[in-house]
Amino acid sequence: MANPETSGLATEMALDQNVEKSSPVKDFWRKFKKQRLALVAGVFILILVIIAIIGPVITPYSSDEPDYANVLQGPSLEHLAGTDNYGRDIFSRILEGTRISLSVGTISVLLGALIGTILGLISAFYGKWVDSIIMRICDVLFAFPGILLAIGIIAILGPSLVNVVIAISIFSIPNFARIVRSSALSIKSTVYVEATKSIGAKNRRIIWKHIFPGTISSIIVNFTMRIGTAILTAASLSFLGLGAQPPTPEWGAMLSGGRDYLSTAPHLTFYPGLAIFLTVLAFNLFGDGLRDTLDPKIKD
Amino acid sequence: MLKYIIKRLIGVIPILFLVSIFIFLFVHLIPGDPARLVAGQDATIQDVENVRKELGLDQPIHIQYFSFISGIFQGDLGISLKTSRPVFDEIAIRFMPTFWLTFWSMVWAVIVGLLIGVISSTKRNKWQDYLGMFGAVSGISIPSFWMGLLLIQLFAVQLGWLPTGGLDSWKSYILPSITLGSGVAAVIARFSRSSMMDILKDDYIRTGRAKGLKENKVVWGHGLKNAMIPVVTMTGLQFGFLLGGSVVIETVFNWPGLGRLLIDSVAFRDYPVIQAEMLLFALQFILINLIVDLIYGFLNPQIRYD
Repeated sequence: MANPETSGLATEMALDQNVEKSSPVKDFWRKFKKQRLALVAGVFILILVIIAIIGPVITPYSSDEPDYANVLQGPSLEHLAGTDNYGRDIFSRILEGTRISLSVGTISVLLGALIGTILGLISAFYGKWVDSIIMRICDVLFAFPGILLAIGIIAILGPSLVNVVIAISIFSIPNFARIVRSSALSIKSTVYVEATKSIGAKNRRIIWKHIFPGTISSIIVNFTMRIGTAILTAASLSFLGLGAQPPTPEWGAMLSGGRDYLSTAPHLTFYPGLAIFLTVLAFNLFGDGLRDTLDPKIKD
Repeated sequence: MLKYIIKRLIGVIPILFLVSIFIFLFVHLIPGDPARLVAGQDATIQDVENVRKELGLDQPIHIQYFSFISGIFQGDLGISLKTSRPVFDEIAIRFMPTFWLTFWSMVWAVIVGLLIGVISSTKRNKWQDYLGMFGAVSGISIPSFWMGLLLIQLFAVQLGWLPTGGLDSWKSYILPSITLGSGVAAVIARFSRSSMMDILKDDYIRTGRAKGLKENKVVWGHGLKNAMIPVVTMTGLQFGFLLGGSVVIETVFNWPGLGRLLIDSVAFRDYPVIQAEMLLFALQFILINLIVDLIYGFLNPQIRYD
């Protein structure tokens, strides 16, 4: 005869296993594993994050001390990416720049996503004139193509890296607002939100506990995609002299500084550009993989 | 159809109004006193007051907005602080170089983007598809200024085939157009691929194949024609990307266009020029989106006109 206590435990364990088998995280991982390129990109991003955190510890040379005995040297075993017009090791400066690019990209998109998500949720939930006002503001922001809005904002605030972050977060807002709004609108009309309303839940609770969770996957996908764009835009602005100023080892600013040496020492522009390209490529590939995994319309 | 056009035209008016307010307030958002800025560092208090009167900054704000708008309609965009010439003239001489640069970029981007997209969709999960789509994601990720400099390094500095920058002959267009269009070509390739893949599943494609049409005719004739509808919309939206991209590309290639004027003006704090350029870019973008909407309504008979 079976001991009721142990059999109960066994059922519980079996239930636990069932729950774990169908958990969204495992489900996600099972599908995401198949996206080889996205996996490689993810590992690359992880390495970048580690470099960004421990940067100064692993750089072989100082990133800002000039060495006038070794200016404009080509790549060698000693200086993997050569030296610039001040004799600074370009590889070390690129490693240092990782921290700047990743934090500018992440912080600006995070700010934009935060404000955009709140606006999108409010817009979808309250509708009517609230929705009209928020969407018209988004239309106005959308009327200025991406980087132009950023340039306009920097023209007001003045060129600096902090202002680049502000500018990029402002032009990310309408993007998130629209995406969150449309996904929240479809959730708002579902039966369970109706049910929550009918038992008298407060608006704030409905928005955050019931509508918001449904929009998270589209926010995450958009977030990853936007980081690539944000890093690219920040580097472009620094290249134009509107963002990070020399001697900051920002990739776009380094490229801009190397322009005068294009014919004699092309490595000054080549390696910082390669760093931007690979980083943005990694975020875009990772974002593509996430989208293909999380989008219910795409079957495997 | 006419009803639809009118409805779209009316829909643009509130956006134009808000954009104009935004740009009007622009000069007022700048920290500090614009009159003092225009008058210069060494100006006396009397000078600053004179400038304030001259610019109408002593008037109530709604009067200022009204004269700003009526000025725009008369082609009066103010005077450049840098060159002391009318802003209208500064913009007019730079308009065409930027227009042709974006035009040629768009032309090659659409052709190449569509080719890659359609070929990728028919060779799904084969090497052509992987190559095309990896090329496309690279095209989206590559910093345009870096690509421009690489092209200059190879074709102008080393091979000496093409000029490094400036605008002298048709040869000057080649490198900037390639650089500016690459991102758009990439987006169109990705978009037309997914659009084609949806279409190729449809019944009439199967019918076309079943009645013995050549595969090329099915894909390029029947498939592409219908896949074009969303692609047109996407292409229109990419014009905004080109306008923004031109700012960076024109700086790289020393192009005598609107984009470089904008960057020079920001560096010089030439606010009347910045203001006018922002207005022009926004107007162009809104106008293009409107045209795209109209074409979309024309191409897609399913759209409701009421």
